[in-house]
Amino acid sequence: MKDKLEEIEHKKKQWEQELLFKKKFSSATTSWGHELEVVYTPDNLKDTDYLKDIGFPGDFPFVRGVYPSMYRGKLWTMRQYAGFGTPEETNAHFKYLLEQGNTGLSVAFDLPTQIGLDSDNPIVEEEVGRVGVAVDTLKDMEIIFDGIPLDKITTSFTVNPTASIILAMYIAVAEKQGVSPKKIGGTLQNDILKEYLARGTQVFPPGPSIRLIGDIIEYCKDHVPRMNTISICGYHMREAGCSLVHEVAYCLLDAIVYVEEALKRGIDIDDFAPRLSFLLGCGMNLFEEVAKIRAARRLWAKIMKNRFKAKNLNSMKMRIFSGCLATSFTAKEPLNNIIRGTIMTLVAALAGCNAIHTTSYDEAYAIPSKKAIRTALRTQQIIAYETDVASVADPMGGSYFLEYLTNRIEEEVEKEMQRIEEKGGILKGIEEGIIQEDIVKQAFELEQKIQKGEKIIVGVNKFVSDEKEEEIELHQPSKDVLDKQVSRLKKIKEERDNQKVQKALAEIRKVAAGDGNLMEPILEAVRNYATLGEITNALKDVFGEYSEAAL
Amino acid sequence: MSNLNKEKSRIRVLIAKPGLDGHSRGARVVAMLLRNAGMEVIYTGLRQTIDQIVSAAIQEDVDVIGLSILSGVHVEITKKLMDKLKEKGVDIPVVVGGVIPPRDIPKLEELGVEKVFPVHSSFDEILSFFKERFEKKDVSKGDRGFKEREQPCEVG
Repeated sequence: MKDKLEEIEHKKKQWEQELLFKKKFSSATTSWGHELEVVYTPDNLKDTDYLKDIGFPGDFPFVRGVYPSMYRGKLWTMRQYAGFGTPEETNAHFKYLLEQGNTGLSVAFDLPTQIGLDSDNPIVEEEVGRVGVAVDTLKDMEIIFDGIPLDKITTSFTVNPTASIILAMYIAVAEKQGVSPKKIGGTLQNDILKEYLARGTQVFPPGPSIRLIGDIIEYCKDHVPRMNTISICGYHMREAGCSLVHEVAYCLLDAIVYVEEALKRGIDIDDFAPRLSFLLGCGMNLFEEVAKIRAARRLWAKIMKNRFKAKNLNSMKMRIFSGCLATSFTAKEPLNNIIRGTIMTLVAALAGCNAIHTTSYDEAYAIPSKKAIRTALRTQQIIAYETDVASVADPMGGSYFLEYLTNRIEEEVEKEMQRIEEKGGILKGIEEGIIQEDIVKQAFELEQKIQKGEKIIVGVNKFVSDEKEEEIELHQPSKDVLDKQVSRLKKIKEERDNQKVQKALAEIRKVAAGDGNLMEPILEAVRNYATLGEITNALKDVFGEYSEAAL
Repeated sequence: MSNLNKEKSRIRVLIAKPGLDGHSRGARVVAMLLRNAGMEVIYTGLRQTIDQIVSAAIQEDVDVIGLSILSGVHVEITKKLMDKLKEKGVDIPVVVGGVIPPRDIPKLEELGVEKVFPVHSSFDEILSFFKERFEKKDVSKGDRGFKEREQPCEVG
């Protein structure tokens, strides 16, 4: 074997001299600047031990996927992020998606809901129901899931500082449907650290925010065991402009913070780690992105096994939800985005992601129109059913180039993680704003490259057309969401037992001031129709509010 | 920095993110661009109310307010800001950047916005607009465009 590799290496040098270097060719690098050869051969992988470093799908180190039969056992979940306007509109939209063959729901909340403000708060009026559905009380959640049996579907919630309240509402809806919380499943995003870094819906300071996440992990372990308690994200930092190496490094470092929080409570690693899930982006560099996902799975498996001494294989599996990088989408010639969406969806499928979101072509302008959402879902269905991508696990595995890239990305991520840990860790970096600054610098440099034409974007900085563009049909927000929400809220406040609400809110403050688990008191408040804003304010009374360091 | 006159001659810009949207990439990249070009940039951070933005603009005596909006509420929020400026009798030019569909640009201009920079606006377009419109006559120092400076400054 060794002799064979040496022979290949020798022949390759010969080939270079005799054939390759006879004519000029351009140089190429990876997105992080690593010089690429013209072709990759077995000798590029001489340090790779197949059984140890790659292995089989469903087995350590999970490079080839987390399930043995991959998509033949279970196709990826087609999870389109959706929800807008009133709870009634979202309910109708969910029913439409389920009829169209969507296999999981994903709720987009409006910004007030995401940051714990009620619809009747005067500072939020134009944002009610705008980028997602408005939820003020349990009543809204009852409407969203009306006629949708919660034991038959899974739901993903893009919500972070208010995740505990939304989870409590979902549990309460299940109770009302007569479904045991033990039977409901889905995913809470619940990843606060990336909010400080990139997404910006943080409410409380980091300390209490991480505690709330710990409370959710602890509570779900016993009461909602099928719920993925957190979706640890690299995606948003990538969208904010960082490299794919940083995307994975930040994501894993954040994950370690949450794992340590749960361990601190005396929970066994194997009792919660199987319910951690991840969200990574899939961009346009097909090989790099597939390699990135594979490298991330290997890194996580090693961290769980070696650093945290997990014994259950399920604790070492990095289950990944992946979405197209929407920043790759252009406002110019928006139909081109259908092609970009196809490539990025293909990347996610080739990488063996477990759930996929395809961005709709009009999302460089607004949340998607119905027509664009259908095209996005169809993109996934075409890849799943008209191509052979789903036929075998990790179909690109074994490509010399892909395996080489997987190894390089793993090394680069490890280096970056070590660099941040040596500087005091990710939490310190976030609190001091250093990581945020790093991301902005990377975003600025990337933008410079685009503007200088070093990074090509068709229709934007190359092959630019002078033709006047037809405007595409965009989603039109409904006009009366605010009025509807405010009047429903008013009615609920009149009809509910306000004494019970006050008592429940007082209990939240009391538990927040101590170190008990907040999920039970929040659930009690929710059952009594306390509003999302009231519960958030009760927590703010004790935890205070996070304010962004002056930048 | 020690020269007060020089300090005064620099274009002062307030970059603000009104509303609840937390996507600050655009705002912060533009802040870095303008700083690298020698302008004085005050970035307000996230979730600023209209009142906060107007008082910051007055207090910091800026030449221009730049709003960055990505959540689709650009027309509503800009209208609130323009009304507030009028109410306070303040005459500070306003520019808007972000995810702005072409059909909304005339609406923003009708509200009195001087210039809209939708996605894909180039660094050159932004810089030349700011310089031509706000450069002070008494500036003797030459052009300090970002292209001449290799290292981008840090934000803040």
